[in-house]
Amino acid sequence: MHRCTRRSFVKGGALALVALGVAPRFVVRTALAQSRAARSKVLVVLFQRGAVDGLSMLVPHGDPDYYAARGSIAIGRPSAAEGAVDLDGFFGLHPALAPLKPLWDERRLAAVHACGSPDTTRSHFDAQDYMESGTPGVKSTPDGWLARGLAAMPGPDASPFRAVALGPALPRVLRGDVGAVAMTNLADFDVREAAALAGGGLTASRGFESLYEQGVRDLLYGTGRETFDAVKMLKAAAPQRIQPANGAAYPRGRFGDSLRQIAQLIRADVGLEVAFADMSGWDTHAAQGNERGQLALRLKEFGDGVAAFDRDLGDRMRDVLVLTMSEFGRTVRENGNRGTDHGHGTAMFVVGGDTRGGKVYGRWPGLSREQLHEGRDLAVTTDFRSLFAEVAVRHLGTPADPLFPGFKNRDYLGVVGRV
Amino acid sequence: MRRRAGLATIVLVAAGLIASAAPSSRLALPASPLSEQERVLHVLNRLGYGPRPTDVARVREMGVAVYLEQQLDPSRPPSAALNAALAGYDVLSASTAQLVRDYPQPTAELRQRVAQGDMTRRELRELIPAGRRPAAITGQLQAAAVTRAVVSEAQLEEALAAFWFNHFNVYSQKGAVRWMVPAYEREAIRPHVLGNFRDLVLATARHPAMLFYLDNWMSTRADPVMPRGRNSPASARPRPAGRSRGLNENYARELMELHTLGVDGGYTQQDVTEVARAFTGWTIDRPREGGSFLFRPGVHDQGSKRVLGQMIPAGGGERDGERVIDILVRHPSTARFISTKLARHFVMDDPPVALVDRMAATFRSSDGDIRAVMTTLVTSPEFWSREAYRAKIKTPFEVVVSAVRALDGRLETGRGRAAGRAAGGGAAELAREVGRLGQPLYEAQPPTGYPDRAESWVNTGALLGRMNFALALAHNRFRDAPVDLGAVIGSVDRAQPSQVLDRVLAVVLQGAATPQTRAVLTAQLESPEITRTTGDDRVASDTDVEELAALVLGSPEFQRR
Repeated sequence: MHRCTRRSFVKGGALALVALGVAPRFVVRTALAQSRAARSKVLVVLFQRGAVDGLSMLVPHGDPDYYAARGSIAIGRPSAAEGAVDLDGFFGLHPALAPLKPLWDERRLAAVHACGSPDTTRSHFDAQDYMESGTPGVKSTPDGWLARGLAAMPGPDASPFRAVALGPALPRVLRGDVGAVAMTNLADFDVREAAALAGGGLTASRGFESLYEQGVRDLLYGTGRETFDAVKMLKAAAPQRIQPANGAAYPRGRFGDSLRQIAQLIRADVGLEVAFADMSGWDTHAAQGNERGQLALRLKEFGDGVAAFDRDLGDRMRDVLVLTMSEFGRTVRENGNRGTDHGHGTAMFVVGGDTRGGKVYGRWPGLSREQLHEGRDLAVTTDFRSLFAEVAVRHLGTPADPLFPGFKNRDYLGVVGRV
Repeated sequence: MRRRAGLATIVLVAAGLIASAAPSSRLALPASPLSEQERVLHVLNRLGYGPRPTDVARVREMGVAVYLEQQLDPSRPPSAALNAALAGYDVLSASTAQLVRDYPQPTAELRQRVAQGDMTRRELRELIPAGRRPAAITGQLQAAAVTRAVVSEAQLEEALAAFWFNHFNVYSQKGAVRWMVPAYEREAIRPHVLGNFRDLVLATARHPAMLFYLDNWMSTRADPVMPRGRNSPASARPRPAGRSRGLNENYARELMELHTLGVDGGYTQQDVTEVARAFTGWTIDRPREGGSFLFRPGVHDQGSKRVLGQMIPAGGGERDGERVIDILVRHPSTARFISTKLARHFVMDDPPVALVDRMAATFRSSDGDIRAVMTTLVTSPEFWSREAYRAKIKTPFEVVVSAVRALDGRLETGRGRAAGRAAGGGAAELAREVGRLGQPLYEAQPPTGYPDRAESWVNTGALLGRMNFALALAHNRFRDAPVDLGAVIGSVDRAQPSQVLDRVLAVVLQGAATPQTRAVLTAQLESPEITRTTGDDRVASDTDVEELAALVLGSPEFQRR
């Protein structure tokens, strides 16, 4: 098979063949060749939007100030019924995250506590923006750090599914010059042909493609062109037919659906390198709950989803790394409504790949009043950029420089790397 | 408020005195590089939801300036057509208390039976008919929003109602908010869309929907009166979970960050805390039963507060919150922030600084008169510039509504609603499509509302969704929102494909098709699927108008307004 660029290949004979559904294997083989190349690693980024309470998610049960600061919403000690699931004698998982404990035991799950942004904003919007642009305090950055990382390692055969976000909108972190795809449902990712609507032919897809083929390469036309490349490839690979393996059961809802479909894309070998999904409902200003309640339900969905994803992919998880994040943490003290207000540092997880698991990384700043950020929040001792850079560089193999402009710290925590 | 409306009139009259060229109009419009046709399309697309087939000729005839005046002063009663179209939506006029009675939450007892497995979810659903479940309230509101945008002549008023609701967003799926949203839109948003900004902020601040959504109803002074916590004396009455017991900063922060000053507006964490203290006691009387605003002196922080350097003396009580709003709405950051958001929505994603400066100056000199600020906007050279023309990417809501208007689609009641089903009818079908395209109305969860920039709405999945919507609409897949393409092409001969194409382009894009788009579609006409030929002599016998209309509705040009 002669080598050619993806675009010329797609534009050439395969276009018509794929449209007619007679030559999908050709396309699949190309995709397989890509995924078997040096870069077969996949990074899955999960964003907990709304600021998850890191102190309930990864409980510092060994810190006496924790129980002093929190009344009704504290998570009980591991010795208590339904208490935290102990990890290392000091930290424990929220009991709703118990399905992640086996991953910890197998040293495939690591955590970083007191992680966050050097910027002290307590605005959800700004803090999410900074965590995705990768430039805390700078709002004018046009693209996201993941997009910059991928764009810095282009390949002639890069798949149209290099970077995929599950959801109706492309998140800030994947905006930029990589042609990332946003989709809600794999099965709907196609032009519904008139054949199915009114007995016509295949004109609509061809017509739309021609309309977006012409014109200047602005946001609208450029996106249109990428759309049709992606549609053709997906049609050939048919990932939506792949069923969850190893008895994996994803939780119901958008988050579970997103993870299930990311796993399908990985197993269909469409050349995926970065996937993104998010989950909301973490902004627990009132009635947060403790071992049970509002936050526990969200954490259960979150943990069940990650555990199912890990089970579904099985051995493939050696090449797949999951990184979780949230824009900031929440106040150390419980507020007046059995909830918590916007805080600063929080906890993040790293799962799979070459994670050096079984350890909580980062310096624990403590919870006594004088140790808190502005006297109220968990301080940040690990700049999120340090963790994200290590993951992108060591797992994906992106160059470090374009990820976080102006951030020179290369003292990685050592979360990722062959043991 | 009356006084401020008068001030706006004076501004308009003053503008009219200078405008000697247009004696019938008091609005002076600047010179523009746009053609007359483009100017008409610009106001119809940008200040509303796009032209219906007869709108362009109508606005041309009356003149753009007169049309703008009417849009800026929509005091005339709604048309009979709009009233008739909205007649079936009982939630629009019902009080919150009425909605709580008419659309009841399943009782705690029933929910417990489901939780314990004594009753299935299906049995629970069958107990309460679909049209009387709480979710039907949002369904009706969504359908009514589509109906208004499609049918109303007061297009700018509708665009501003959507803009301000989004600015003061509440999320209908948070707790008791669902029952409060119809009243919120009716009482707090719509009366003020072209009124005074302070009135708008105050109306939202006091409304149960906002008090509940951003938790202020539970926020109390830091040292509550009642004994509390696990160490309460045994004699203390048990307090239900989630009951007010201290300060909650949520509303205070969003009031400054999102409603008034903007995130860079110059406030500190200390200001957030002080503002939260000022609003303690602003709560809801029986929130689960549709109660109204209530001030509880007992939980209000009576001490003095210092907000943005200004002292609010002790003992102000309920007035503290109003003092805060006065300080915030008169702050220069608010004038700039609101002007920037309006200019972003109505002019371009990155509005020119000079325009924002002039709008902010109007905002300050008129004490927050929204009509005056909008007048500055629509009479600015920037609004009429070539750079602004078709510079905005439509949101999903704008795509759906403008497509229905372009094809003169009808919104029918449908059998569904007649049979008492939840939110049936064409408007509801279209509203669900808006949701599928990524913008479920009244269901934006974060207080920021939906974004207003192109990059948030243009991505591969979204474009596919828009193309599929175009196909579905043109092929009459929305059963109760039919389009009559026969009427669109009128007397044009279907056997003349190029004439059919010209007609469809003229109706849907009104001359805005690029030469490339016209060329591509002309080439498509040669496809045997588009031009159905007779078997023998290969002569065109018929043109697939549905397919052509779908291609035009899904074209790059139609995604812009």
